[in-house]
Order: sequence, then C-alpha cells, then structure tokens
Amino acid sequence: MAVAPRRRKQSRVVTLVNYPLDWLEERSGLVGGVKYFLFRKVPGDVSWWHTLGSATLTAFIVQAVTGVILAMYYKPDPNSAYESIQHITNDITLGWLVRGMHRWGASVFIILMFFHMARVFLFGAYKFPRELNWIVGVLLLITGMFEGLTGYLLPWDQTAYWATVVAININGTAPFLGPFIAQFLRGGAEIGGDTLSRFYALHMLAIPGALAGLILLHLYLVVRLGVSSPPWSRTAAGRDRAAVRPRGRAGLLRGGRGNVR
Amino acid sequence: MVETKGPTGSPHGPAPSLWPFGFAIGLTVALVGLVIGSWSAVAVGAVLFVAFGFVWLRDLATGVDHTPTTEDAAPGGPETATDAAPVPATAGDDALPVMDDEEIARYPRSRFLEASTIGIGAAIGGLVTVPVLGLMVGPAFVDQGKKPVDLGPVDAFPEGEFVIATFLANPEEGEVSRRTAYIRNNGDKNGQQSFTILSNRCVHLGCPVQVNGLSLENQKKNVEVENGPRVEITPTQAASGFGCPCHGGQYDTEGNRTAGPPVRALDRYTYKIEDGRLILLNTFSVGAVDGEAADAKIKRYSLQNPGTHVTGPEALFYPLNAPH
Repeated sequence: MAVAPRRRKQSRVVTLVNYPLDWLEERSGLVGGVKYFLFRKVPGDVSWWHTLGSATLTAFIVQAVTGVILAMYYKPDPNSAYESIQHITNDITLGWLVRGMHRWGASVFIILMFFHMARVFLFGAYKFPRELNWIVGVLLLITGMFEGLTGYLLPWDQTAYWATVVAININGTAPFLGPFIAQFLRGGAEIGGDTLSRFYALHMLAIPGALAGLILLHLYLVVRLGVSSPPWSRTAAGRDRAAVRPRGRAGLLRGGRGNVR
Repeated sequence: MVETKGPTGSPHGPAPSLWPFGFAIGLTVALVGLVIGSWSAVAVGAVLFVAFGFVWLRDLATGVDHTPTTEDAAPGGPETATDAAPVPATAGDDALPVMDDEEIARYPRSRFLEASTIGIGAAIGGLVTVPVLGLMVGPAFVDQGKKPVDLGPVDAFPEGEFVIATFLANPEEGEVSRRTAYIRNNGDKNGQQSFTILSNRCVHLGCPVQVNGLSLENQKKNVEVENGPRVEITPTQAASGFGCPCHGGQYDTEGNRTAGPPVRALDRYTYKIEDGRLILLNTFSVGAVDGEAADAKIKRYSLQNPGTHVTGPEALFYPLNAPH
C-alpha cells in the first residue's frame, strides 16, 4: 500500500530532473551528445592502464583552474613579480595551497603525459587507423612542455631567471634560425621586463588555447576511432558483439541512446 | 566489436620498408662523426644517409609492393564498406550543382558572392593579421642598440688586477638590466690607456662566469655616476681565470676557453675614455686571443648568441645573426 505513493513521488522527481534536460535536448541535442560521449562502447577488456589519458586531462583541468586563480594575484612586472609570488605563498588565504597545486600539478601533468604515451606505445594503440591521434598527442606533449618552459620564468627568482637564460640560449644554438628564435623568445637582445610579460601572455593565453584545441581534436579522434583493445585481448579485433541492453531505467546516468544501438 | 567509424580495409600508408634503418644509421654515423671530429665517419655516414634516403624516397614515390590490387578494392568502395551493391561513380547527382554556361549567365551573382566572400574574408584576415604579427615579432628585432655606460673615473681601476664592475645597461629598465663585466687596467700602451673588458656571460649557454680567485667583497665601492644609476666595483686578487658554475666551462685571464663546453672565448666590450672616465660602448664576440693584456691580438666577430660557433665548420650553421 505504501509503495504506490512513493513511486508517484519518484516519478515526479524524475520529471523534475528530466524536464529541463528534455528542453535542452530538443533545442540543442547536447544531452544526446553527452550521452553518446559517456556511454560509447569500449572493449570489454580495458583496464586501469586505459585511464591514463583521462588522468592527464584531469591534470590539465587542475592546471587551468588553479592558473586562472593565481593570475588574479600574480603581477607580471620585473619589479613586483617576485614579491607577488611571495605574497601569494605567505600571506593570501590558501595561496600556498593553490600555488602548490599549480606548481606540483605541472610536473604531474608532464609525467602523466609520458605514462599515457608509454601505454599507447606499448599497447600498439598508435597503429592504423590511430596514427593521426599519436601525432596530435606528440603536438600536445610539445605544447605542454612549452607551457612548462614559459611557466618556469614567472616566479622571477634566480633559478627561474638563469634556467630561462640557458633554455633560450639552447634554442639559440639551432642551426640557421636559432639566433632569431632566441631573440623572438627574449623579446629583444637581452632578457628583461618584456621577456617576463611575453612569457606570461604565452603561458596563460596562447599556449593553453592551443592545448585546449588540440585536446578537443584528440578526444574527437578517440571517440571517432574507438578505444583499442589491449594486446592480450582474446576477442578478435573488430568483431561485433550482440548489443547489451543495460538493466534499469534509461536516464541520464544509465542507458539511453549511447549503448542501445 | 568496438564501433569504429574509421576506414576499414588496408591502411593507406607506405609499405613496410627496411630502408629507413639504413637512413637512420647513416645519419647517426654522420652526427657522431661530427661530434668526435672524424671526417671519414662523417663522409661514410653522409653517403649512407643520401643513398638510403634516395632508395626510400624512390620506393615511396613508386609505391613498390603497394599497388592497389583487386582485393583492396572491396565491393561497395574502399572507404565505408557496406553491404549495399556498388554504385558506379557516374551514377547519382553531383555533390555540388555544376552550372552550365546558361545558368552562369542567369545566376552570375552566385559566383560573384562566392568570390567576394572569399576575397573580403581574406582582406579582413590580412588587415588584422599583419599588424598583430608585426607587434608580436617586430619589437624584438628593432632598436636593439646598446647605450654607452659611464663607469666612472679611470683611476678607480687598479693596474694589473681584474675588478668586478656591475652596472645598469639600460637605466630605464631598472635593476633587471644590471650586467657584470670583468675589467683589467692594462696600463699605458703607446700613450693610451688600455683595458681588458670581458663580459661575464658564459659563451656556452649564458650563465654568469665567476672569478677563479679572491673577490674582495669588503672592498666593494659604489662609483658616483652623473645622472646615472649606481655602478659597483669589487676588486679581486690573484684571479687565474674564470669559471662557470652551470656546466663547468673554464676560461683563462684573456677569456680563452681552457676547458668545458664553451665554443669560443668570452665576449668583450669596446670602450672609450672621455674626460678621464671609462665608458663602455658595445659588445663583440671573440674567436680566440693571442698574447696578453695590452698586446693581445683579438679575433673579433659581431656579437653572437652564447653557444654559437664563430670559427670552424660549425660556424656555417649560423650564417645570419639577429640584430643585437
């Protein structure tokens, strides 16, 4: 007897949740798109190794969020950059934590990129038809390292200054174009205030934009080409399996269009 | 089992080939030869490199072992194979309507709009891009000249010993432009005061070289300079040369490399003496120095980046220099 009212209540909640989603879906198709992305089919024998890419993406998002907050307090000027970093670390509430997340997160991001790359290489997941995604991944690695180079100068202490001097001069030893690359990076013949603001602009505007674009392209190719089975997979690659209809109600979190085809 | 929208069938790629191995080995041998200075190894490597590169490229160009066979051309087309019967290429409509002459005469504005959209788009794009690129690249390369720096009275520099002089290369920029030079007063040479003025930037990768000897910090002096920023002069004692803390480059008292990775001698400053004051002018690069102090014979080059060769075959890699 008590069951019926609860069910009615439940369905009312479902309606309440679904109505705006349906509204959105009717006008944009976004809900279907998200469902397609989240519930697309992957091989049955994927493992934790396949999560390294998502982990790298998470590290990037952490860098983006903490970076935006740090930019609210950082001053890219040769006379105040060092002091503003000291201020963030020592005075501002939770500044030490967010700066620490950004600083160590940078290393985590780069390390995870290499782990992800090693997984893809050792699983042979770069092979046809996924070569292009490997290339996009290598571009992501280079862009990520450039983000590391430009970010390293921003604390504007002795380590930052001389490490950047050395890094720019290494670029300067490239044959033919080297001297011009170095001068472009420096923003002049010597490292100075222009170098700092130039690296800041590259670090927080240009390179993150490029990274985000490349990540979207990377994900598009992942979804389009599908996840590859591990090399020890017993299922013949490309064999179709009977569609499995998930148990339970179709909704945002379970079932839906994504895996019923 | 995994839904894949990519092409099925055989990949469109070059056939497996062993030539790249020979190509890579040749390149490696040539580069190693350059490093160890063995010209015969360079020659052998270069021959391998060119030969294997040629065969590899020829294979790629002619498509050896990868001429499309009848198996490749699966029914239904190679790209998106379906169960449907193959459709001849001549069947169906064109993807875009093709206008015949009569239609073009009737609808000329369609062609006009197409051209004007592309044309106006390109013009707007160009108008925006050119100044933006100019602002991004230009300022790094124009107006890079050095201003003369007044280091104060000549008698602040003791004869025969190096002093460490720090000064602002560009007072408007402030402390960030503080530079260091090692200056030795060589005494009179033909009635003119002679100085050896070495830049402290290591010519390996630009770290600050340090004096191998005593630097007498407790005798540091501030020199008053008219209208100018502070110049600091620290005497040294028994300097036997200079050493770089970063990667171990070593130089003698004339700035010649004695050990480590640097590729030339330390850069030097030109100077003039005006009203009894020492004035720094420009920086130049040095191949090597023969002789000592006032009698030194200096092989001069225009200022180069650290790590850039000015002599030897490697100098061929740096034919152009950015304006300093």
